[in-house]
Amino acid sequence: MSTQRGRIRITGFDPQAVEDRDPLSEWTDYEGTETEGRWVRAARNFRRNRVAMFGLVVVLLMAFVAAFSRPVEVWGVVVQPFSLAPYDPRTILYLQPDYAHVGRYDPPSLAHPMGTDGSGRDLFSRVLVGGRYSVSIGFIVVTITATVGIVYGSISGYYGGIVDEVMMRILDVIFAFPGLVLALVLVAMLGGGYWQLVAAFTIFGWASYGRLIRGEILKVKENEYVMAAKALGARDRSVIFRHIVPNAITPVIVQASLSVGTVVIGVAALGFLGIGFEPGTPEWGTMLDQTLETLVQGPGGRIPWWATIYPGLAIFLFVMAMNLVGDGINDALDAQEDVAMTQGGGG
Amino acid sequence: MALLEVNDLTVKFYTGEGVVTAVDGLDYRIERGEKFGIVGESGAGKSVTALSLLRLIENPGQIERGEIIFKGQNLLEMTDEEVRRVRGNEMAMIFQDAQSALNPVYTVGDQIAEAIRHHMDLPDSEVRERTIQLLDSVGIPEPETRYSDYPHQFSGGMQQRVIIAMALSCDPDLIIADEPTTALDVTIEAKILDLLENLAEEFDTAIQLITHDLGVIAEVCDRVMVMYAGKPVEKATVEELYYDPKHPYTVGLMSAIPRVGERSHRLQTIPGTMPDLVELPSGCSFHPRCPYAEEACTRTQPPLLDPETGEPLTGSGVERGAACLEYSGELVRGLDFQVTVDDVLGDEADAIGDVDVATTEGELDD
Amino acid sequence: MGFRRFILKRLLAVVPILFGVSIITFALVYLTPGDPVDLMVGMNPHVSAADRARIRADLGLDAPVYVQYYRWMINGLQGDFGIVYASNREVSEIIVTRLPETVALGIFGWVFALLIAIPTGIYAAVNKDRAGDHVSRFIALFGISIPNFWLGLMLILVFALWLDWWSVLAPREPLYSTSMLWYLILPGVTIGTAASAILMRIMRSSMAEEMNKDYVTAARAKGLPERTVILKHVLRNSLISVTTVAAFLTAGILAGSVVVEVVFNWPGLGRELVNAVVGREVNLILAITLFTGIALVIANLLADIAYAVLDPRIRYD
Repeated sequence: MSTQRGRIRITGFDPQAVEDRDPLSEWTDYEGTETEGRWVRAARNFRRNRVAMFGLVVVLLMAFVAAFSRPVEVWGVVVQPFSLAPYDPRTILYLQPDYAHVGRYDPPSLAHPMGTDGSGRDLFSRVLVGGRYSVSIGFIVVTITATVGIVYGSISGYYGGIVDEVMMRILDVIFAFPGLVLALVLVAMLGGGYWQLVAAFTIFGWASYGRLIRGEILKVKENEYVMAAKALGARDRSVIFRHIVPNAITPVIVQASLSVGTVVIGVAALGFLGIGFEPGTPEWGTMLDQTLETLVQGPGGRIPWWATIYPGLAIFLFVMAMNLVGDGINDALDAQEDVAMTQGGGG
Repeated sequence: MALLEVNDLTVKFYTGEGVVTAVDGLDYRIERGEKFGIVGESGAGKSVTALSLLRLIENPGQIERGEIIFKGQNLLEMTDEEVRRVRGNEMAMIFQDAQSALNPVYTVGDQIAEAIRHHMDLPDSEVRERTIQLLDSVGIPEPETRYSDYPHQFSGGMQQRVIIAMALSCDPDLIIADEPTTALDVTIEAKILDLLENLAEEFDTAIQLITHDLGVIAEVCDRVMVMYAGKPVEKATVEELYYDPKHPYTVGLMSAIPRVGERSHRLQTIPGTMPDLVELPSGCSFHPRCPYAEEACTRTQPPLLDPETGEPLTGSGVERGAACLEYSGELVRGLDFQVTVDDVLGDEADAIGDVDVATTEGELDD
Repeated sequence: MGFRRFILKRLLAVVPILFGVSIITFALVYLTPGDPVDLMVGMNPHVSAADRARIRADLGLDAPVYVQYYRWMINGLQGDFGIVYASNREVSEIIVTRLPETVALGIFGWVFALLIAIPTGIYAAVNKDRAGDHVSRFIALFGISIPNFWLGLMLILVFALWLDWWSVLAPREPLYSTSMLWYLILPGVTIGTAASAILMRIMRSSMAEEMNKDYVTAARAKGLPERTVILKHVLRNSLISVTTVAAFLTAGILAGSVVVEVVFNWPGLGRELVNAVVGREVNLILAITLFTGIALVIANLLADIAYAVLDPRIRYD
């Protein structure tokens, strides 16, 4: 059928005229705001997201409170002298001459806004200080695991073939275990404590980032600029880290921001199970460990609900705020919600 | 009474970037058994028009005003239930991308039978029989066995045949074919268009064919409407449009019709792209791309005009019109394109549609 | 490729993974810096160096690692995972009695998650960007952010202590009795909450994505009622993406069982694992970790099969 179309010939229609003449009106078909970078736009989107900003404020506030709750000493030198918490979180108050009237499981009062715990320690102070453990572990673990995962996944995705195959099968095996169970067994072997917990969540925690970035890299790898960089003889390492990773990193950032909460809950869970920290450590999960039994038995028929509610509420609040931040980052970096015109765009 | 009469149809999308008028004051009609073409580049509002006819525009889109009178009833005043009785039954749709229009997890037989079962009161065995007949009539070999195959087991052309069978399943009066062959390669395109034409004849179905390709229009249609940026810019019969186009945009589209083996050059001859509908150019939307544009074009947006008298035309009854200031006498320099139809070999004489014109020379006034 | 061949292929692929699972389990305990003997005897000063050496020999720890692994695996394949030192009980016996408790809890958690997540996910997708969607998003955010051990404690506090609908400690009755079903509710809800929240969001986003596809418009253009379009056409396609995260969710539920069983004093493998860690029972730790891995591999396999059932493109490729 198409052969016959050749019969029609148009003369006098000179499209070149459009390009040769000066524009007739102000209107241009270029979008004006495209020069702005992806990250700048993402940052602006994030700032406009009120819920995410609220989350960020809560996270910063809780981190600030944890840092300034009690003085910090490094090798005997006080580097942080402020003390927002009214009591030392480890001090058993009724053993102190000044606080002999303070009992075990005192209900919340003006002096002790969150009451006291089963050993007569001030819960409010303990909750303020508690953020130091899980929150800092959360951020440290996510930083390390994301970095390791990026390297692992980049290598696997970039080289492909047998390297990729072997590296991915290793991941399959790691994914055959729930992260918390692995961490639990690792803590059993390494013992409890701050750095042991960091290790327990780090040793296998990078796996999900590895798989994620590999998938992204497979997508990015075929792009022209990567081909071009390779054709120009760039070395593998520079191709991976200068060209591929920056373009594949977005989902990793989202994943990382969302997993801070997961790690915080994991650390608190080990604390709650009584194997993360020494008993009595003012860590949110460990604090809850001590309330389980009293919740069941109750000291003299009373239910010390405050000892259960407040430490858990602190974890919940932090994780929720962090997830709001993660959601906000996801929305800010992701233009996929713009489906409005997919329906109208066809014709 | 026309089968379909569209009056002043206006569809807007309320997006984050602003309000988009995807279709702006569209009027046209389709007679029973007629083949009506709508042509324009992507973004012209063709698909939105198609979806509007079945009231399938979704959030954030909205049909703002107008009438869609189908067999004497205004679809826009019907209840959802009444519209559903029309959809797939009296008015059916053929989609551009058959592969994505078929649900990957159900067999093609199921998907065709589904419409029949829904609209016709038939026992299961007859539904199946009718489905197999349909598959057979759209040229799918071994329809009995292919009934229980899944979409991914069909080639692109065969998938489009399934979609056509689905559209024909309840013997509709009107089929809206939205770029039915765009996703297919040229040889299959010809076959599918032939099939569509023959079946429309056989089933006595009217077709509204939407495409960006004037060649496809020539193959199938009786009358044509050319759309640009949501508005009609020219209306004509196929013969008039080819031998005597009145709007520069139509001419641009025509000079862009691919010859065999030249598919990649499509539409290159019109410089620039369809404007973003959020921010339309002032005056005539086509002026930034129009070789004949003058200062007047940036100020006045021409309505559809009678090319002979220069009178503004409205309503679905308009047979011939072009939206260019040339016809209201506002252009100083005028349009100076010429359309020549070469007399080539005799066996190609009946080239365009059924028109048999050996040599015609259409030349616009000076 | 037919369905049967697909399953056979998946089954074969499981074998090397199970092998890897056993290696990781073994390596966790024998290659980490801690010494299993230390783990067992702790800092007990009454244990002399000679005693340690004897224990070492008894456990076969003086043999090369691969020999130890080989022995452990061969014995394990015959159902012998050693004994629990404190009680002299067979590890396999503990596994056999505890496993059904955890499986019951996990299944209850899954059922709860599906029952909540699928309808709300559909609702949120259909009402995308309207009030109902925003509310469900916040509820899901709550569900994802709440630590399961705290949720369990709060449920005990509210429903067992304040409202007194349950007694705090579940009575010891046979697992397969109707009254135990009642006592499964609180731990089941606790374990299923996070999974349900994640699943709800996945349902919602995959439904919303599917609803933008042409086949949905095509189904509507056929004149089908919206209910059929959603529940027949969109739902089945969205469930495909649910199967792809099923293994991940099962991992979460298994991890949850460790914590939740402790909170509710539920006599399953999770609580047993915590006890084993506290009591330094190496054999028990090894066996439970191994079974957790096996359980997840099986869950993964089931998810793959569900995927193939839902998506003919996988079955017939």
